[in-house]
Amino acid sequence: MTELEQSFSLDGEDLPFHAGDTVLQAATRVGRYIPHLCWHPDFAAHGSCRICTVKVNGRAAAACTVMASPGLDVESDTEELNAQRKTLLQMLFVEGNHFCPSCEKSGNCLLQATAYQMGMEGPHFEEFYPDRPVDASHPDILLDFNRCILCELCVRASRDVDGKNVFAIGGHGIGTRLLVNSASGRLGDTPMALADRAADICPVGVILPKRRGFAVPIGERQFDLAPVSEQAKGTP
Amino acid sequence: MLLTRHADSVVEGMSIAAFLVGARRGLIYLRGEYRYLLESLQATLQRRREAGLLGTSILGHAGFDFDIQIHVGAGAYVCGEESSLIESLEGKRGTPRIRPPFPVERGYLGFPTIVNNVETFCAAVHIALHDGAWWAAIGTPKSTGTKIHSVSGDCARPGLYEYPFGTRIGRILEDCGATDTQAVQVGGPSGVCLSAFEFGRRIAFEDVPSAGAFMVFDRSRDMFEVARGFAHFFAHESCGFCTPCRVGTALVVKRMDKLAAGRGSRHDIDVLFELDKLMHAATHCGLGATACNPLRDTIAKFRPAYERHLKSLYFEPAFDLDAELSIARHMTGRDDPAAHLEAAS
Repeated sequence: MTELEQSFSLDGEDLPFHAGDTVLQAATRVGRYIPHLCWHPDFAAHGSCRICTVKVNGRAAAACTVMASPGLDVESDTEELNAQRKTLLQMLFVEGNHFCPSCEKSGNCLLQATAYQMGMEGPHFEEFYPDRPVDASHPDILLDFNRCILCELCVRASRDVDGKNVFAIGGHGIGTRLLVNSASGRLGDTPMALADRAADICPVGVILPKRRGFAVPIGERQFDLAPVSEQAKGTP
Repeated sequence: MLLTRHADSVVEGMSIAAFLVGARRGLIYLRGEYRYLLESLQATLQRRREAGLLGTSILGHAGFDFDIQIHVGAGAYVCGEESSLIESLEGKRGTPRIRPPFPVERGYLGFPTIVNNVETFCAAVHIALHDGAWWAAIGTPKSTGTKIHSVSGDCARPGLYEYPFGTRIGRILEDCGATDTQAVQVGGPSGVCLSAFEFGRRIAFEDVPSAGAFMVFDRSRDMFEVARGFAHFFAHESCGFCTPCRVGTALVVKRMDKLAAGRGSRHDIDVLFELDKLMHAATHCGLGATACNPLRDTIAKFRPAYERHLKSLYFEPAFDLDAELSIARHMTGRDDPAAHLEAAS
């Protein structure tokens, strides 16, 4: 590990960073947790979920997009910001159809884990109950769009890593949807394969391998073992 | 209007900008609504090429090479934000980019890019022809020059009006023949809603800033319905990229429709304030941050318009249980009092 000489303040504690780090990268590097959904250490910042919104020198900004610089005063784990995060999570829950008890991703789901972390106990807002049919056309992969939070990680992984451009975003406003880039609009008519990066990048339960349900029992899954805040260990 | 009648000024302003920043390539983004201007704009560009005002070595200046292409796009409200416009120019969805980097560092196709509207380019021509002091003498010390206003709504003479900065709202209302005016929405849906006691205020960056829209509402209008119209507008125009704007604008619509249906309570107004606060603090761009502006202004200034729509000032559920039972009544062929909830009358 290289010497980290520069630092900024995160919730009153000194946080060292590498040149070129965003606030979220620097925090993750040393195992400090800033809640996030659309950010992934292997990909460029997206800034769409807004869960990582912090206050930088008093001004609201997404921690995944703000560059770390010496002397910044960053607030993250405050009552106000966590309440805001809970509201954003509730918005994501009512926007889709999220039935955790019957979801194969339960326990491995970043949305569910973050909601537990933020103390979310109910949806607060009225549900939208959108009509989003599943796509079972692919021999090895199931798409359940009901759970999509539009983080675009699959879009980015398929385009930038797999070079296949299988996914896209369409529509606007509350009608914004994850789309499959094929003439039929079905996954079975794309070159997507189970070994693709896009096949295991989904933080929620949209992209699932077929015939592998409940291989790990509920109760022994990633976020059953430790809360998401204790799993923020990045690479040095 | 500037592209219709003053296209040469717009192109001239772009050429001046190109000369100053050393740009070789210019783009005019023409929204679908203005597709009918394409041929005349192409003709303007061609005429200027033939006159040596576009192309290589413009007016004999070695190295001053600049030409302009016209890009026809669907456009969207959010494309008024420069990085969304650039995304759209590149053929992508019109969503705002993460900034920094700003377009002047990395813009269209990664090249340094300046984005300005037609009014600014025309102003640049006037300033080049006269001088900066002449321009600065118009308007107020902090807001120099003029502003074109698109006046619409309840007035005898809607249309385009150009005024120096510092002009009173009341003066514009008098000139356009507005009478019995209840409110003016200045600067478009994201702007500010002014009520009659504020008509002495002035259009200027230091008082009432404006992007140009000036919508007049007389006393026959229900300002709650005006705000509800804007709520629907923002829900429609949200690009859907970030959570608070995509879901927040839709939740605002649900609350406003609930109030309009006569099922609202004071609690719903509190929720609207909460949504406004969240969207101000957490959205990716200014569209979501300002989406509740008309709402906040009209609640503050025209609260009775809202309270008229409240069923009671206390909590009411989001649905009418007795009305929900109508399908069951229909299926059983009943409509007698016993088939209704006790509370219903």
